[in-house]
Amino acid sequence: MHSSYVIRRLLQIIPLFLAVMVLIFVLVHLIPGDPVSAQLGDRATPDIVARANRELGLDKPLPVQFALFVNQTLHGNLGESINLKVPVMRLVAERLPVTLFLTTYAAVLGVLMAVPLAVLAAVRRNTWVDGLIRGAFQFGLSLPVFYVALQLLSLLGARLGWFPIGGYGEGFGGHLYALFLPALALGLNLAAILLRTLRSSVIEVLSAEYVEFARAKGLRTRVIMTRHVLRNAMIGTVTLLGLNIGALIGGAVITETVFAIPGVGRLMVDAIFGRDYPVVQGLTLVFAMLVSLVFLATDLLHARLDPRAEVA
Amino acid sequence: MMVMGTTQTTMTSPSSPLLSVRDLNVRIPTPGGELHAVRGVSFDVAPGEVLGLVGESGSGKSVTLRALLGLHRAPIKMSGEVHYGGANLLSMPDRALRSVRGGQISMIFQEPMTALNPVLSVGEQITENLREHRNLKGKAAQDRAAELLDLTGIPSPRARLADYPHQFSGGMRQRAMIAIALASEPKLLLADEPTTALDVTIQDQILRLLLKLVGELHMSVILVTHDLGVVAQTCDRVAVMYGGRLMETAGVGELFARPKHAYTHGLLGSLPGSGSHSSNHRRPLTPIPGGPPDLRALPQGCTFAPRCTYATGECRFSEPPLVEVAPGHASACLHHDRLSVLEVSV
Amino acid sequence: MTTTLPAPGAALKVARRRSLKPTLVIGLVLLLVLLLAAIFPRLFTPYSPTDFDYTAILKGPTLKHPFGTDNFGRDVFSRVIHGTRIDLQIAVFTTLFPFIFGTLLGALTAFRGRWADAVVGRIADLVVVFPFLVLVIAIVAVLGPGLNNMYIAVSAVGWVSYWRLTRGEVLSQKKAEYAQAAQVLGYSPARVLLRHLLPNAVTPAIVYLMTDMSLGILLGASLGYLGLGAQPPTPEWGVMVADGKNFMVTAWWISTFPGLALTLAGVTFSLIGDGLADALRPRS
Repeated sequence: MHSSYVIRRLLQIIPLFLAVMVLIFVLVHLIPGDPVSAQLGDRATPDIVARANRELGLDKPLPVQFALFVNQTLHGNLGESINLKVPVMRLVAERLPVTLFLTTYAAVLGVLMAVPLAVLAAVRRNTWVDGLIRGAFQFGLSLPVFYVALQLLSLLGARLGWFPIGGYGEGFGGHLYALFLPALALGLNLAAILLRTLRSSVIEVLSAEYVEFARAKGLRTRVIMTRHVLRNAMIGTVTLLGLNIGALIGGAVITETVFAIPGVGRLMVDAIFGRDYPVVQGLTLVFAMLVSLVFLATDLLHARLDPRAEVA
Repeated sequence: MMVMGTTQTTMTSPSSPLLSVRDLNVRIPTPGGELHAVRGVSFDVAPGEVLGLVGESGSGKSVTLRALLGLHRAPIKMSGEVHYGGANLLSMPDRALRSVRGGQISMIFQEPMTALNPVLSVGEQITENLREHRNLKGKAAQDRAAELLDLTGIPSPRARLADYPHQFSGGMRQRAMIAIALASEPKLLLADEPTTALDVTIQDQILRLLLKLVGELHMSVILVTHDLGVVAQTCDRVAVMYGGRLMETAGVGELFARPKHAYTHGLLGSLPGSGSHSSNHRRPLTPIPGGPPDLRALPQGCTFAPRCTYATGECRFSEPPLVEVAPGHASACLHHDRLSVLEVSV
Repeated sequence: MTTTLPAPGAALKVARRRSLKPTLVIGLVLLLVLLLAAIFPRLFTPYSPTDFDYTAILKGPTLKHPFGTDNFGRDVFSRVIHGTRIDLQIAVFTTLFPFIFGTLLGALTAFRGRWADAVVGRIADLVVVFPFLVLVIAIVAVLGPGLNNMYIAVSAVGWVSYWRLTRGEVLSQKKAEYAQAAQVLGYSPARVLLRHLLPNAVTPAIVYLMTDMSLGILLGASLGYLGLGAQPPTPEWGVMVADGKNFMVTAWWISTFPGLALTLAGVTFSLIGDGLADALRPRS
């Protein structure tokens, strides 16, 4: 991979981040009425509102406010939570790892479910096995994440007691155990999203002439499947996984709420109900940056996996 | 020639054959009915011999070639016998078949761009052969791989091992594919239209390279092509296929001089430059009026009869068997002795 | 007696070619059922979806209450049936504006591209780095919870897919011979775009509309579940699942049946989408 490509791709992130900040700034200033009085509700006396506005810099002209916002953000200052009275950055630092753990866990489970089943469906294409797998996943695609999460929680958690009904657990093993059900709910959804595309890409690879050539070379089926088929199908999977990071994060917001997991997704929902605008603003920014970084990583990984991408 | 006996007359080479095919059949199920793509094909390949398998597209020649290594997968059905080294490849256990595939018998394809895996370096694709069939690993495999690239005429071979197929030119890619196929020093090379996808000038280079390697490595070759010029230039013997069957087999000189099948006769007659010396053999077959038969609904009798100027009622009655009509020359034509004499120079 | 029979396969083959894909047929039948429930809910339900009945609280499924009753004694079956109207409304209103706006914008920017195309492209790039659900709930947070605000939020984000699809399609159609011929004939640009390019280019967007309706229902229900979409006591399926979430162990039916209805609606639209994709795809 050329380093110039990496640098160019990294530079493209800067205007994107700036645009993200503009959008969020505009969004926050669309709040009808006065955010401070909306926040304080009955306690809002003109005095208190004026002081709060001054503290938050809301009495300054919009361009100045935006410059302040950008400056603060660049210094890692995302403002302070109104309800929790702590810097938003500290909340993010505490809770983002939980969400990253959950989404990574879910992505691993999703890929572990989708890839073997997609290969099976592709190898046995147009048989009842293929029909069953595709039918099940079509159905799974229509199952809302919150519903699957809730059913898993009540059945395997509350009724059978096999898994905890919430929380994050202690240590790596504890996290794995505590987050199994939420990751499974999220992973099932991801697998349903991935399956159809993966199946057709495996079918395409299986009928490629280089697979025929590999067979004519007398290679073992296992070698052909891992070296030739999966390696090519992986390229598509990585891209697909990257493109679906948004859906994964959206799903994390929901599962964290259902399972009471102390991640940024639940924090976001709580902040919305608590009218904690700095937190909503900060988290939206963090999510957008997270997605664009994952897009970047996907591109770079794609270039590494597919030698042809270098030229383009 | 109306003997309805069951004995299959086949071409037998003087020495004991390297590969011997008997009554090979390939059936491909399609939505529109079963396609009987290869119908009772039998032939031998002698050690060191270059056999040309010629025919129009859809004649079943590539399907035959792939069936020799048992490469067709379900739901395609193969039957018959492919004898190699005293065993029938079509009834061999998978493990044993794999050691023949790529180890004893190698194959090269028409389009190297699609036959080479785009995400594996050329070196990896050679060394995986060496590991499987020659038990070479690491440095030894790398050295051998570089040697093979050098053998096929690729400049600075060691450096190019790390390159990917898309970094090679078309001709280089075909050379690389030949290097991969030859890695295990096979006894027999199956070549499926190896030059069709290439520019004319490159075609010549690749054919010369193949001939040179055949001589150096004492290989036999089955060369599938639709190009009679290529056949004339490279082959010792020719088998002509039509409608999934062998129509005629003969030594290359004999076939071009005295074709004994109306189909071959038509092909040679339509060859540019027939009757006079032609400087350019490399022309595709100009089709004889009419199209190839529908293999899902074959006519009774000779499959070529509907397009044949010599055809009589007898031809439409039953399919003529392939029988020896002259020493080393077999034909499945009832009217092989009625064909007018051609003057085709090769 | 000998009669000539047609080959056994022949008649079947013709019949199969003429008939519609089973996925589309099943999808359309399910849609009909959903529409009936949405338009005439009272035909199916003996009870009001919102009336409390303190004599029948948390009763399991019986003949009288096939889906049981909830913690206010409301009949879950009646609530599920009445919810059909709201969730179908969500399917339509979360997709209609994005479909119309995105498709037209896609056609326009592809047809008379240049800077407009570039600007819209940058905006689309920007929108997609926000996780869909996060951006929607952030907008809802600003505007306040409720169905109407949810529609605005989804519309602000959802047009991007349609813009992409239609833009790509118009760009490739523009190269097609008939479009060039229409231009050579001197037709006005508007006529070329509206009468020739758009009708041909809109197919992928229509197919996607069905899938998107399925996604729209799921999104609307998710927001309902989180408390940011429809508000209680509206019998919206996501809200109903949330209503029953604290009773999952003692009264599983309160959440389970609305969730199944939701899945059924999702399957309906995705089947129609698949069937349409098959039916509209040019024969290869």
